[in-house]
This record gives sequence, structure tokens and C-alpha cells, in this order.
Amino acid sequence: MENGFSSPRNDSFPAGLRVLVVDDDPTWLKILEKMLKKCSYEVTTCGLARDALSLLRERKGGYDIVISDVYMPDMDGFKLLEHVGLEMDLPVIMMSVDGETSRVMKGVQHGACDYLLKPIRMKELRNIWQHVFRKKIHEVRDIEILEGIEFQMTRNGSDQYEDGHFLCGEDLTLIKKRKDVESRHDEKDIGDNSSSKKARVVWSVELHQKFVKAVNQIGFDKVGPKKILDLMNVPRLTRENVASHLQKYRLYLSRLQKENDFNNPVGMIKQSDSPSSDSNGNFGSQNSVNLQDASNGCYGFSGSSLGVHNVDPRNHDGDRKRLVTAPVAEPKRGLTVDPPNPSKPRNSQMEFGHLLAPPQSEVNFARFDFSFPTKYPWCGIAETQLKQEHNPLHLNDGFSHLPMPGQKQLSRADHPQPAPAISSATSSTERQTGCPVKTKPSHNDYTSNANHASAADSTPLQTKTSLTDHQAVLPTSSMENQGLNMNCLTDLESPRKNINLGTLPFATLDEDLQVCFVTGDYYMNLGLQNIEVQEYFDPGLLTGVPTHLDDGLRFDYEIFDPTEYSLIDQSLFI
Amino acid sequence: MDRKQLQYQVACMRKSLFDQGYLDEQFNQLEDLQDEANPNFVEEVVTLFYSDSSRFIHNIEQAMINKPNIDYGKLDDYMHQFKGSSSSFGAKKVKKECSQFRECCSAGNIEGCIKTFRQLKARACHFEEEAGNILSAGKTSWNR
Repeated sequence: MENGFSSPRNDSFPAGLRVLVVDDDPTWLKILEKMLKKCSYEVTTCGLARDALSLLRERKGGYDIVISDVYMPDMDGFKLLEHVGLEMDLPVIMMSVDGETSRVMKGVQHGACDYLLKPIRMKELRNIWQHVFRKKIHEVRDIEILEGIEFQMTRNGSDQYEDGHFLCGEDLTLIKKRKDVESRHDEKDIGDNSSSKKARVVWSVELHQKFVKAVNQIGFDKVGPKKILDLMNVPRLTRENVASHLQKYRLYLSRLQKENDFNNPVGMIKQSDSPSSDSNGNFGSQNSVNLQDASNGCYGFSGSSLGVHNVDPRNHDGDRKRLVTAPVAEPKRGLTVDPPNPSKPRNSQMEFGHLLAPPQSEVNFARFDFSFPTKYPWCGIAETQLKQEHNPLHLNDGFSHLPMPGQKQLSRADHPQPAPAISSATSSTERQTGCPVKTKPSHNDYTSNANHASAADSTPLQTKTSLTDHQAVLPTSSMENQGLNMNCLTDLESPRKNINLGTLPFATLDEDLQVCFVTGDYYMNLGLQNIEVQEYFDPGLLTGVPTHLDDGLRFDYEIFDPTEYSLIDQSLFI
Repeated sequence: MDRKQLQYQVACMRKSLFDQGYLDEQFNQLEDLQDEANPNFVEEVVTLFYSDSSRFIHNIEQAMINKPNIDYGKLDDYMHQFKGSSSSFGAKKVKKECSQFRECCSAGNIEGCIKTFRQLKARACHFEEEAGNILSAGKTSWNR
């Protein structure tokens, strides 16, 4: 069994994918191990489901995907599947010699991302990495949306919020639809799950706020789904819903943290505003989101108003403006993924709800600590960006790490406005991750390229990358976000949204970018980064998200280097 | 006999197993997996199967001895495991017998179960024998 935390896969993804195989049949274990090794994956085998669970728990973030048999003597495969989904949120593939429709359906209902029939062919195993990738993208998107929501919420208080909310409503719907299409199985409705299919819970802004508040109250370290559920006191919300959301939230936070760390040990989100900055990890203490450390994972929506998570941008110190994540640019946006470098402005901070002054454009996502160091390089927005071909959001693998467990849900949910933001947020986060460069080696695994973006650039770039990430991110979500852009999310979000929406091609991006780059320098850099990021970012995004207040879509083309812009353009738009 | 002849024999035996339906393309997959790192991969897998199948057969027999209250659920489980195991390297016939057995089980057809089981046992033994011969005789030939 190899060590779960293997070194990040930088550029050889999907090679090096860390797979955990669980099967009571030793013959199959042997065969699968050999097959997976031939695919250049790192394999760990387990004969008992119990052992598998403890392995997963011990090495959080040590595995990318789990393949499990359905019939096992000590534990039902479906049960294991549920546990993994809730606790670790890893993609799980079921396999069995029994291929009856009802069984397959049950597997999917319990959250399996695939169901293979034995005997399993090698070619079926070759493509399992797609599930890992897909999940990452979704996470990023979720985070973006979450950020957007948060941002929206914290934006200048209630008025804006309402407005944004209103505006974002449609966007949210769009996002939601899109998400639905993507069939994230995380989503759950509030409602009863009598049917095997889980109802979807829509994590609205208010709901999420409650969640964050509860988490902050309990203390991130001590948080547990049951406690949160009790505190939130929302009827018909199940523990499972909360657990899933919490996981996403953690991912989101850790992502931010990572980025923050990466960018700047200083820690704290840099937000132009005073409040946020600094403190890392203040939960809610300030507007800025302080993700503080990885351990927190919680969303630092500190936002003054919302207490949205505080992303601790750490990195940013000076960069605030970097707003790397462009969309987040707006202060509140906490999703700034700060490139790990302190110098880089990119701190991706996730500022959710920071009501910080607009200058904050920096979106520091980085602050979320990346609890999943190796997993997905959320941080590496740059990374993802490059890679993403498929989704702009996907900027980096790193995003996957985003500790925003809730993100996912958010994306789906209709967070009224924030949703758009979220998507953008997620995208931004993603982007950011790219930018942050690297904070996590993990990013590298996936898209090596993304890394470059983030890592390579110095601050200015960072912003870019972050933006790019966003952009990248956006594109993916762009579809949905189209509507969303922007309105809901105040600047920051809009960039994000733009990105997500994809449709908002530059225009939105620019805006985002603008927002992000408070400082003119960044813009320049963006160009650079954009190139790297390319695919996903719309140069416009990089320009940073201006205080976002303007409608999401403003492109400041001037800022970008046209050449780069085009590069980005192409890549960006999904 | 000389090597060539031996190889030929092995090839024939192997082919016959395929033709008889004892092996299917899954077995080819296993052979493909064999390489320098695991030169005896196929052999190892088949050996594992032998031990597994003996265990299964024994368990099933035990479960069936107690005729009046046969625990069909348990039988079903065993058979499922056995089926999974045999599918690992393409033991088609054995797999098929397993399915039949399970059907009888679910129907509560004890007689059918016994009958199928006997057949299954016979097939498994036959397969083991033949595969064993191939392995021992054609160790070198087995490697492609």
C-alpha cells in the first residue's frame, strides 16, 4: 500500500491518481491492483470495508478515488459509499458481478459516480480519472457560487444584498439548472428523502449564513453536522445535508487557506479594507474572510454582515488588489485565491461577505486552508486553468481542495444572487488556485500548467491567475451564470460569474478582472497570467473585479493586454 | 517432448478451454497483465482461484447439508462470491453455473440447487485440472 499522500501529480495527471480498492475477493484485488498499476495509478488495496474507512480517515486527502465492491462480508458496499461521500467527499465507483438495473440504480442513488460490472476490463479503469476531475470542477464551481452568495450578502449591507439577490435570482436559477444537469449528487433537497433519490437541499444564502454562523459559534474545530444542525434549527434539514455542506465548506476553506498560505504567510486576506486583513482566520471577526488555517476549513464568511467565511488571505498583504480572483475582487468576495506568494497580490481570499471596502478586490481564496494538500490543487488556479479544458472552472486541480464543502451545495442551490457569485466564486476560486500557484503541490498534479500560472507569476500574475482561475472557472459556470453575472455579485462576483457564465466573455471578465486588480499593476500581469491561464480566463476577468458594484459585466479592455486577452479569450470561454 | 511440441500442446489445451467455454476474454486480459514485473501473474491468479473455489464449494456443501433449513440467503451470498471470483479470470461456465444455482436458490428449489451444485462442482474441478495442466506444462509457453 502506498502512502496515501503521494506527491502531487503535477503534470502527469491522470497518472499517479491515488486509488483505493476495496473488495473482499483477493483474486479481484490482485487483478485490479495490477490493472490500475498498468494505468500508472497509485493503488492501495483493502480486503475489508472497515479497514478502508479507517485508512481514508487517517489519511484525509490521501486518496483521489475509491473503487469498492458491492457485496462485502463486513459492510455493505453502499454503506461504505455513503460514508465516503459524507466524510471525505471522494468519488466512489461501485463494482459487482451483479449488474441488475435495480442494483445499479441503488448505487447511483447512494452517490456512486459509476458502477462497473465484473469482469472489469482495463479500459474501463483507464478513464476513472474523469470522476476525480469532474468533482474538482464542481467543487470549484460550488465554491464560486458560494463566494458569490457570500459576497452578495456582505455587499454593502442588506440593500445591496437584496438587490443583488434579486438580480441574481435568475442567475441562480441558471446555475442551478446547470448544476442539476450535472447531477451533482451532493445536492439534497430539504425535504424528505423517502425515495431513494435524495431530495435536494438548496443552500440559499440565508441558509448558508445560518450554517456559517452555527459553525462559527461552535468553533470550527469542534464542529460536527449534528451540532450545526441543532444550532441552525431549520426544519426538514437533515444531518446528512449539513454534513455534506460542511464537507464542501471545509474544502473551500482549506483551499483558501492553502492559497493564502501560499501567497503570503502573512495571512490574511488582504483586503483593502482594514478589517479583513489581517487576522487570519478570524472567523467572522472581520469582513475579510480569514481562512486561517487549514484546519478551519470553515468558510470564513466573516463578512461583517454575514459572517461569511473569512478567508484568510494570508497572502495578500499587499496585494489586495490583486484580487486575483477577479470576480471576487470585490471586497466581499472572499474568494480570493491568493497565490501562495505573499508577494503576489493574488491572495485568493475568499471573502465572502466581507463588507470590506471595495478595494478589496482581492479575492483571496487562498486562505482557505487546504486540507487536501495533495488532492486537488485548488490552489493552483493556474494549474487548473491550464488544464481545464473542460471546464473553465476547473482551473486547477487545486480547487478541488477547496474546503468549501458547502460550496457544492451552494452551487446548486439557488442562492439568490450569490449563486452567480458562487459560480464565479468557485470559478474564481478555482482560478485562484491557479494563481496561488501553487500553494499546493497538489495542484500541480493535475494540471501542471495551471501551476505555472500561479506559481510563476509574481504578484501581478497572481492576480491574473486567480482571475484566470476564475475565469476558467467562470467559463464553466458561465453557462449558467450568464444571467447571474454580475448583478448579484458585486464586482467580485461578477467576475466570477462571468467566468462561469462563460457567456460573459470578456465583458464580465473584464469586470471581474478589474475588480480584482485594484492596482493597475495587476492588470498588466493579468495579461501575463492570462496567457498561462489561458484557457479559461477571460482577460477581462483579470482586470479584476472592481468594486464590483458595477454590473458585473464591465470589461475593461484597456487594461488587458489585447494579445493576451485574445489568448485568454480563446481559452476562457469554455 | 520437445519444447515446440509442448508449446503446441499447451496452446491446444488453452484453446480447448476457451472453446468449451471455460475461459473467456477476461482471461486474455489477465494474460495481458502479465509482464516482467509479474511473470507469473496468471498462475498466481489461477492459484488464488483454486483456493477460493475450494473454500466456496466446501461452504456451500456445509450449508446445504442441513437440508430442512437451508439458509438460502447464505447460499446466495456464497454463490455470489464464487461467481465474482470465477469472473475474475473468465471462468465462464463456472460463472454460469453459479447464476443458475442462485436462481434455484431464489426459487427455493432445493433439488435444483443440489443438481446445479453438483454440476458446478464438477465443472470447477474439471477446469482446475485443465488449467493446472496447462500451467505446469506450459509455464514457459504460458507467457506471451
